[in-house]
Amino acid sequence: MARQDLMSREVLLTGAIVLLLGIIASRFPAFVAPSNLVSVFNDTAPLILLAIGQMIVILTRCIDLSVAANLALTGMVVAMVNVAMPGLPVPVIIALAISCGALLGMFNGVLVWQLAIPPIVVTLGTMTIFRGTIFLLSEGRWINAHQLSDAFKGFPRAAFLGLPVMTWITLAVVLLFVVVMTRTTLGRAFYAAGGNPHAATYAGINVGRTQFWAFTICGALAGLAGYLWVSRFAVAFVDLARGFELTVVAACVIGGVAIMGGRGTVLGAMLGALFLGIISNALPVVNISPFWQLAISGSAIIIAVALNASANRKEGRIILKRAEQAT
Amino acid sequence: MSDTTRAIPDRLRSPLDQRIKSWETLLLAVAIAIFITNSFMSPFFLNAWNLSDMTFNFTEKAMIAFAMALLIISGEIDLSVASIIALASTAMGAAVQIGVGTPGLVLIGLTVGLLCGAFNGFLVTRMGLPSIVVTIGTMSLFRGISYIVLGDQAFRGYPPDFAFFGQGYVFWVISFELALFAVLAVIYYVVLHRTNFGRAVYAIGNNPVAAEFSGIRVARVKFILFLLTGLMSGIAAICLTSRLGSTRPSIAFGWELEIVTMVVLGGVSILGGSGSIPGVVIAAFVMGLVTFGLGLLNVPGIVMSIVIGALLIGVIALPRLWERWRLQAAKR
Repeated sequence: MARQDLMSREVLLTGAIVLLLGIIASRFPAFVAPSNLVSVFNDTAPLILLAIGQMIVILTRCIDLSVAANLALTGMVVAMVNVAMPGLPVPVIIALAISCGALLGMFNGVLVWQLAIPPIVVTLGTMTIFRGTIFLLSEGRWINAHQLSDAFKGFPRAAFLGLPVMTWITLAVVLLFVVVMTRTTLGRAFYAAGGNPHAATYAGINVGRTQFWAFTICGALAGLAGYLWVSRFAVAFVDLARGFELTVVAACVIGGVAIMGGRGTVLGAMLGALFLGIISNALPVVNISPFWQLAISGSAIIIAVALNASANRKEGRIILKRAEQAT
Repeated sequence: MSDTTRAIPDRLRSPLDQRIKSWETLLLAVAIAIFITNSFMSPFFLNAWNLSDMTFNFTEKAMIAFAMALLIISGEIDLSVASIIALASTAMGAAVQIGVGTPGLVLIGLTVGLLCGAFNGFLVTRMGLPSIVVTIGTMSLFRGISYIVLGDQAFRGYPPDFAFFGQGYVFWVISFELALFAVLAVIYYVVLHRTNFGRAVYAIGNNPVAAEFSGIRVARVKFILFLLTGLMSGIAAICLTSRLGSTRPSIAFGWELEIVTMVVLGGVSILGGSGSIPGVVIAAFVMGLVTFGLGLLNVPGIVMSIVIGALLIGVIALPRLWERWRLQAAKR
């Protein structure tokens, strides 16, 4: 039953995306040309990575508002490492980005796990701390294209089997997390810890530690996205991706992730991100001022959360509440 | 929230002991420490006019923080406040272009604020949607409308007498905004700590089901709180627009998180159910003092945000670390 509901949400969203593409294509057929669709996917790649991480955090009844700041800080760190040591091979840079992001995520996770500080407070704090740290590291200066090595900039754009490497990385991450979330005990633990923390505790799951791992994974993905973002746009600065954390939450909500935890899929998060990505890419094409984008995504969030709520009402968890109210 | 079991005390703590160990006292100590440090660090700090200027750092945010405190105590949150400022300011700016005078502008600012609050309240209390997501949505929507109206343009040309709200002084160094801040602080103190309505807010935050069974109209109280938050955002929009003298769609960008920080720093539990207005007032001063003091020392704004962020986590983490250390020491 629950599984069918989830499937229908993803089917619904896929339908909405196809419809959206159809409307755009009816006036601007070039938009749905395969090459353009690849570039739209590529543009949305960082959002997809962040949305998957954020989804896992939200599953465990937490929220991570520091993802965008984490992305910017990690991006700045790897850019500065690249400037200092241009010879460092890209795989090392990527490993560095993932570990740096994971460390920042662990910092959030430890505070939530060990000190039981509400996640929204922790990540509000670390968001501003990370941003400030970028300023301290860079002294407010930008790192521009000419300072970065060609290998550093070229890697995400390099074509492999017809698709950019950035797209391949994103697809690999999506696949990896589909497997992790549906086929491993850790994945099950994320759902259990958020679906019913008490039941999870009795089932032998350490809820705090599960939340810690969620933050770590979310941080690692933000770190990876940080390298990809900085190398693709070939610039790193303090305000990089400012305000992006809420777009990421929006992608999750549109993707059917329940903000109260326990419900959501990797595929849904990806589709939610793609939905927003297509809108932002299509607006200039269909000649609507890009200033409409904010209002459109805002309306999409409200509609999506209303749909989420009506889907959740059928669910078993609510029965208890109804019984409570009946007495 | 923490799972540690506490020993039941054999007598009540004395009121004095309670007061000394309260959050507000801790915060007040922090505020005084910052104040003293600032006066030693910069020769320009202890100057009535400079200190008066300092208050502009927080008065508008604090006005919203009062209503936000009530909302968070009741277990909800409103992340759209800064966007309500943008929308209200845009509406006032548009009205100026067709020649509306100051009283009309104030009315428009307040009405837009109330309408936005009502929209949030409707979605949360009638449709039963989680407020954090709804207000992330309306945050984009409200500011999005401002962007649609204004794009990269700005509204200017506010009437001269409109400037009073953000730039006027009531008495000597007491600005209109500071006076309004003080009056609102008293009103919110009375409402939260001295009325049935305030009791209801705490009751709802602690246990909404129990509150419902006790005859509190939970949905209506929450709706009123959203209305209040919208109204305060409208008031803040009037003050800020009047102070800046122009409206851009990016006005007050990112304030929602600063306001939530202020409320949480003031000792309001983000999980609902506890907190006080004096705490929020002191937190407003702490944030204002930190920003202003570091500003006098030519520390860039972004570095101040590190201090605010560390303060936010630190003031919550330190008592818990202390508690944990004490428990471990007691076991040994």
